[in-house]
Amino acid sequence: MPYNAPSPLEVKVLTRRFGLPNSHMIETYLANDGYKAFEKALGMSQDDIINEVKASGLRGRGGAGFPTGMKWSFVPRQAPKPKYIVVNADESEPGTCKDRLLIEYDPHQLIEGCLIAGLAVGAQQGYIYIRGEYRYLIEHMDRALEEACARGYLGDNILGRGIKFHLATHSGAGAYECGEESALLESLEGKRGNPRIRPPFPAVAGCYQSPTILNNVETFCAVPPIILQGGAYFAGLGTPKNGGTRLFCLSGHVNKPGVYELPMGFNLLRMINEVGGGVRGGKKLKAVIPGGSSCPVLRADECDVAMDYDSVAAIKSMLGSGGVVVMDEDTDMVRAALRIMRFYAHESCGWCIPCREGTTWLRKLLQRLDEGHGTSSDIDLVNDLSKNMLGRTFCPLGDAAAMPTISFVEKFRDEFEAKIAKSARPAERLVTV
Amino acid sequence: MADPVKFTIDGREIEAPAGTLVIEAAKQNGIEIPSFCYYEGYSLQAACRMCLVEVEKMPKMQVACTLLVAPGMVVRTDTEQVRKARKYTLEFLLTNHPLDCPVCDKGGECELQDMVFRYGAGESRFTENKVHVDEQQWSPVVFYDGPRCILCFRCVRACDEGMGVGALGVVNRGVVSLIAPNHGDHLECDECGQCIDICPVGALTSGSYRYQTRPWEMEHVGTICTHCSNGCKTTLGVRNEQIIRGNNRDRSGINGEFLCVKGRYAFDFNDHPERIQSPMIRVDGKLQEVSWSKALEHVATRFNAIKARGGSFGVIGSNHTTNEENYYLQKFARQGLGTNNIDHHRTGDVSTLIDALSGTNGALATSADFYERKAFLIIGADLAVEQPFLSFQIRANKRHHDAHVYVITPHEVREDTTAAKSIRRPKGTELEALEDLRASLAAESELVILFNDSVKGNAVHDLVQFGQSLGIPVRYCALVDYSNSRGAIDMGLVPELLPGYQASNQPGMTVDEMRAAEHIDALWVVGANPLKDGPLNARFAFVVVQDMFMTETAGRADVILPAANAYEKNGTVTNVCGEVQKLKRGAATVGTKPDLEIIGLIAKEMGMAALMGPWLPDAVYSEIRKNVKGYDIAPAAIALGARQTTPVNGRVGVESRPDLIRSAKENLFTSGTLGRYSKILNSVLEKRLEPVAR
Repeated sequence: MPYNAPSPLEVKVLTRRFGLPNSHMIETYLANDGYKAFEKALGMSQDDIINEVKASGLRGRGGAGFPTGMKWSFVPRQAPKPKYIVVNADESEPGTCKDRLLIEYDPHQLIEGCLIAGLAVGAQQGYIYIRGEYRYLIEHMDRALEEACARGYLGDNILGRGIKFHLATHSGAGAYECGEESALLESLEGKRGNPRIRPPFPAVAGCYQSPTILNNVETFCAVPPIILQGGAYFAGLGTPKNGGTRLFCLSGHVNKPGVYELPMGFNLLRMINEVGGGVRGGKKLKAVIPGGSSCPVLRADECDVAMDYDSVAAIKSMLGSGGVVVMDEDTDMVRAALRIMRFYAHESCGWCIPCREGTTWLRKLLQRLDEGHGTSSDIDLVNDLSKNMLGRTFCPLGDAAAMPTISFVEKFRDEFEAKIAKSARPAERLVTV
Repeated sequence: MADPVKFTIDGREIEAPAGTLVIEAAKQNGIEIPSFCYYEGYSLQAACRMCLVEVEKMPKMQVACTLLVAPGMVVRTDTEQVRKARKYTLEFLLTNHPLDCPVCDKGGECELQDMVFRYGAGESRFTENKVHVDEQQWSPVVFYDGPRCILCFRCVRACDEGMGVGALGVVNRGVVSLIAPNHGDHLECDECGQCIDICPVGALTSGSYRYQTRPWEMEHVGTICTHCSNGCKTTLGVRNEQIIRGNNRDRSGINGEFLCVKGRYAFDFNDHPERIQSPMIRVDGKLQEVSWSKALEHVATRFNAIKARGGSFGVIGSNHTTNEENYYLQKFARQGLGTNNIDHHRTGDVSTLIDALSGTNGALATSADFYERKAFLIIGADLAVEQPFLSFQIRANKRHHDAHVYVITPHEVREDTTAAKSIRRPKGTELEALEDLRASLAAESELVILFNDSVKGNAVHDLVQFGQSLGIPVRYCALVDYSNSRGAIDMGLVPELLPGYQASNQPGMTVDEMRAAEHIDALWVVGANPLKDGPLNARFAFVVVQDMFMTETAGRADVILPAANAYEKNGTVTNVCGEVQKLKRGAATVGTKPDLEIIGLIAKEMGMAALMGPWLPDAVYSEIRKNVKGYDIAPAAIALGARQTTPVNGRVGVESRPDLIRSAKENLFTSGTLGRYSKILNSVLEKRLEPVAR
């Protein structure tokens, strides 16, 4: 996978080794501050490590944005069971493609992040759960793990310091649901990837019902720079409460799509116009999905926003997983809504009723609307069903399907109405008997 | 227990123990929170979202089935938001659920119907095409109709957690998710059918019941299963004197919701085409149908003649006839015919256990103990196939109370998977392993020891001695095979014991001796099949058989009197734990009579009606209360449920006959003479897969 040309506006922290030849090899990594953070962490107490991560303002990069240091501090210090580190590399959110680059170009950074997390909570085993479609990355990661073992960074006696830590990859089997942390754990344990009842949260009872740190690839990758250069340094890169940089996956109708590491709080319009080189073909911007397909869509006039968790939340969308999908003026919003719902209907795990039945019903309704066979009341029904799925499903997948749909209908209702009006065939009248 | 938690549901102040789920606390206080996937006793799912409630200070609605009560919590179950959520959930459910209620087996007792009726969504806004998949047959008894399935996963849990079989799972995802059997297109399991009972809708239907009737057209008769010794309650659905269904949908009786393949399906021996429906007399070597009066007169004349010339009688009783019949039979044999040659097929050494426990109280385990006690030692038995309900109880105990299970058996058993320790020893030598377990067992706070026919005679004394030496409270259970095996011994259907374990001073012949005897003038067999084990030696004996079918023994009979079975009569039976329960007449077969009545009529014909008293179950039971030690239990107590017999508390005084104690080792899919005639039991694959019981 060729890496897009970097932008001069990027602040390269996690991606700083990406351009180097053989950046994935341990020799390159070691020559460029590799495993220095780990060696530094060896001299720190568990509390020190966690406090450093807290100070960095690092928030979970998987989408929910939960403060990472706080999550780590929930892991009980004294527990009768072994503790685990689990990396969520089940990158499946449409519009998101950053974790695969982190693994492909700098796998040792991820390994080092896991090692430090292991030190912070006293874990001796970690798993990297990689989505099955990233088959080539699993082999790639395995080679990096072998290198780390050979150099004594993984194993029973790491660097001769008597520390034990093992890492292994585990393949997903193609379910979006397994990117949800509890479903991922079920799948990792060899069960059907259904989400679990929470509480207990993974920090207390995760992998094999043991205390577990479960974070996104990017979150773990941010840990070595934080330890090496200090939490304050990392925090200073972003905005208050939104520390550091993050990898934005810019896609859609832009001239220069790609993955760009930008400071938190970077303006969305600047991102599109300056980093992404503007909307393709000089067209006008119509809408942007700011953080992966589950985030409510933003109208063009809403896009003058700082890309950090709180600012995007303030305009009722989400920063999500960093998948910025740009749509130009010619985009068919009904079809876009349908495409998204098709995805969620296909990926609903089937566990709970509102999501299982709701997504499919919505898909069928949107399909009909898109084909011009809908009625105005169908548009209301889409909105009503989505609103009544929201907050009632077992896991966030239901919300992820409902939220964008509501936003599409409410912000672009005129396009839905136009499809109906354009339809040559009159809507069927249904009669109750 | 911790202090009760005080909280509020719908404005009512409620107290519940800490750790109670809101849905349970509400139910206990008469407030219904609807749910599909929540099922008491099985793991929590929170999948159906029907039980969403409002909780003050929580931003989103909460699922009551996983929410624990907390002090000061304010729960609202009847607000606009909650009502709306329920209605939407039902509307979602009905989008792909076929509305074929008029032909669906579940119609009339369907939880989805009830919910929609009560909580709305009667009219749907869904106008798209429904998802359809074809119905599948998974086994002779289990059918699955995917579109009807609401995916509550109850069946998956009942099979995995309840039965320890785990034959059901989920395949596909999203709206096309389906429940799937363990062998791709078919099931290999216990065929217990609990998945069908627990299914809230008509997705899983029973091979024997489907499309037979509507639930409201049947009478529902709660009686006791007549197959194994566990004494499960089974509710027979009876229409026009015909049994159509067996289940325990009301979860009453000692077994709650449990029923195995026999209790649920094997009632069908009742209307087997080979059922004998007319008395028969052998004329010129051939059996000919005759009237009841002629047959009875013939028996009485011959019996009277043999008695008058001092001839010898042999009487063999049954282990599935009622206590009343057994008592009446032994009384007639001993007092009417004047013989002590009375016996039955014994399957466990109850009498030595009673003897060894002399002077103790509460040392015999009840069926509830299997769910409540903290530790179990299983000796010899493969409970899952021989004593399915006890096995179920222990599994539930393990799940809910983390009971410790120790196993000493000749072969692998299902309990191994959860046992603290499993030891293999050849049959009959199991007790050699006891000392290996002594330290672990002594560290338990209490123990229930159950043993099958591997432990008999003196070994029972050794085992009890071992138990008493552990220094903890120990309860025992001598496992027996049949629905009234225990009652048969209690009622003195053995030559050496009178009713209530009083030693007979003139023990007569045993069943083996009667069969082998050169000279016996009359052999009277009531509901047993002794000649299955070998021919009758006394060539000229006059043989009278009361039975339902032309068994090996009936084939040798001079007179056959067609008997009614347990589902066709009233009376009491005693289960493996010594619990007395009431049979209730469900169906009737033309031409047959209950054994009690047949014995009474023979006595009357012989002029001994006064001696024997009326052949009414209640009257005989009154006599049992007076004369049989341990059975002074008020009928009202039995009418309400099971009641364990009181301890005999005295030495038995005669040796049991270990040589005669032999379990038939019948498994789930075979069950003596009755199972042989069950079409369903014979049709399931497992019967062929495991033809020889170990």
